[in-house]
Amino acid sequence: MTEMNEPPKGASPGGDGVEPLVKVRGIDKHFGPVQALYGVNLDLPAGQVTGLCGDNGAGKSVLTRCIAGVHQPDHGQIYFEGRPVHIRSARDAAALGIETVYQDLALADNLDIVQNMFLGREPLRRGLLDEDSMERQAAETLSTLRVTTVRSIRQPVASLSGGQRQAVAVAKAVMWNSKLVLLDEPTAALGVVQTQMVLDLIKRLRDRGLAVMVISHNLNDVFEVADRIAVLYLGRMVVEGPAADFDRQSVVSYMTTGTSSGRPYEPSTSASGEG
Amino acid sequence: MTADPGETPAGTAGDGMADLTLDAKVAAADVPPELVAQSLGQYLRAWWLQVRSGNSGVLPVVLAIVIVAVVFEAVTPEHAFLRPSNLVYIFGLSTVYMVLAMAETVVLLLAEVDLSVGAVALIGGVIAFKLVQQPGPDWPWWAAVLAALACCGVIGALQGTLTALLRIPSFVVTLGGFLLFSGILIVILGGADASVNLNSSVTNQRVIYDMVQGLIAPIVGWIILAVVVVAVGTALWLRSAARRRQGLVAPPLSLTAIRIALVAIVGVAVVIICTVNRGTSLVTVAGVPWVIPIVLVVLGAWTLVLQRTRFGRYIYAIGGNPEAARRAGVSLPAIRTWAFALCSATAGLGGILLGSFFYGEYSTNTADPGQLVLYSIAAAVIGGVSLFGGRGKAIHGVLGGLLIGGIAYGVSLLNLGELATPLEYILPGGVLLAAVLIDVLSRRGAGSVTHV
Repeated sequence: MTEMNEPPKGASPGGDGVEPLVKVRGIDKHFGPVQALYGVNLDLPAGQVTGLCGDNGAGKSVLTRCIAGVHQPDHGQIYFEGRPVHIRSARDAAALGIETVYQDLALADNLDIVQNMFLGREPLRRGLLDEDSMERQAAETLSTLRVTTVRSIRQPVASLSGGQRQAVAVAKAVMWNSKLVLLDEPTAALGVVQTQMVLDLIKRLRDRGLAVMVISHNLNDVFEVADRIAVLYLGRMVVEGPAADFDRQSVVSYMTTGTSSGRPYEPSTSASGEG
Repeated sequence: MTADPGETPAGTAGDGMADLTLDAKVAAADVPPELVAQSLGQYLRAWWLQVRSGNSGVLPVVLAIVIVAVVFEAVTPEHAFLRPSNLVYIFGLSTVYMVLAMAETVVLLLAEVDLSVGAVALIGGVIAFKLVQQPGPDWPWWAAVLAALACCGVIGALQGTLTALLRIPSFVVTLGGFLLFSGILIVILGGADASVNLNSSVTNQRVIYDMVQGLIAPIVGWIILAVVVVAVGTALWLRSAARRRQGLVAPPLSLTAIRIALVAIVGVAVVIICTVNRGTSLVTVAGVPWVIPIVLVVLGAWTLVLQRTRFGRYIYAIGGNPEAARRAGVSLPAIRTWAFALCSATAGLGGILLGSFFYGEYSTNTADPGQLVLYSIAAAVIGGVSLFGGRGKAIHGVLGGLLIGGIAYGVSLLNLGELATPLEYILPGGVLLAAVLIDVLSRRGAGSVTHV
């Protein structure tokens, strides 16, 4: 995978004893009388894709928004590269290198690909927008992520297919020295070919050393890309571990009942990274 | 060249279809022609395909201008419509609508509306006229103009704040503003029968009077035209060449050349029309009215702001998807407030031009603020600005303003007596409905996210 001499900072937990990029410990969050999260723990290592699964209402979006800075947890702590951090806004998150791609993609249809990718962060040259450097950088990012089906980078986003729009939204997220990318249901509205395109994109992100967290209902997608799986059930993190330890049936069981056929989770004994 | 925001988006590939199996024709209609055409032939074919798929850009308004010119020329007594004296009068009248349409465009792009532009324009005009009065305040003309624009800007900022911070619908806020300032206008004027005039023998006041009525000496007019064409042409050419050199998206060379030629042709036509002697053999009346360069400056400024600044970019973003803009860190209240403020300030300038057009006389009968705002919105929409936000350019306001001015004056030339007044409403109304229809239909074809 990576050809560096040492594993990227924040890569796999356990195993070689390196800190995960993001550690979430004991997060509680309530909205009025409703408790959305109870003491949630989660590890997001760099260079790995973590699939966050759970039924509707389990708290996946709330947890994501706590990490993204949209909500502030009532209790608990988030650690980034080993340091405790307070993420009070989306800007704080972006400053740390945490980027989020929400389910609605947040793209402006009347703007083109370049304009969307730089929205809010346009570089200036002599007081005016530096269109040339934006176009160059956007083209470079898209080609690095091997998004090649787009005819022109100046195409209005409205004329792109669902998969291409998702690719643009992801490219927008990774362009800014991001270290963690959170994806909320990235393949929910996509057809088969487009889903494959997005999953390949996610794998490329991982191969570049980013930490990726994917919320998905689609267990096929999860098992295709995830290195780790975490399942939320009614606001509690009921299980978390390497994807190899799970199968579809057990994940569904955790999602719907919080247990796996009545037996508690036992991490496989070969958790040292060699199994 | 950039695909400027404001270009009509093209149709989508069907969402369920795989990328690999797109029909070539559908794919070709997806992308604005200048992005993928390598030659002029390709460009024209791609452009025609785009027009047929529902995205016609400025074609409808240009066609409408041609049709109006031909029809009115045919039906006007003595075929006088295209006589230089009438055409120059239309230019003068149109500039007011052009400026007001450009003002309204800024707000329409946000998917808001400003119903007070008419009243604010009149307020701006009256304030400027009052400040140069002698005996009286006797301010220098430029101070009076700036003060008027500043007052209008403050009015716009107030309306913008109510809309942006309290999220009161702009329709309601600006409707209130329209009524409020129509009344305040009468107070400033000094009564329902009062008026304020410019004394054209006073140099200071003459400057404002000359904005529309004053003429540039023909030779100077030609020189200015040459300078403008060379400047614009060089800028377009160099930019296109620089982008091509860097391997960025750029239109075919021949297209750039044609664009420059079009600018030159239109400029030459306007200058010729204006410099032909439209007076008598005893009194020569010839020359380009000052208002034409003034409007070109406003057009240039707004085009620059909307297409090349962050502020302009954020206006388009908010009009297209306010939530996306918000998540990107754009301050929606700030952008909205500033947009309303600048809209009103621009409208104030339009009001000053209006007073100058009416020979320096401002009374409560000079113009109806209601008709002004409806014509402004009609001009903007007919020109190609979308009522739903996110689509439109300053040039659309200019083209639409010219059309509205042509229709308004053309009707009065027909000597229809009783019929004239209703037609002045019916015709622009009909054209506006057609324009909105085209807007909606082309959006449907584009398949873009609906603003329900």
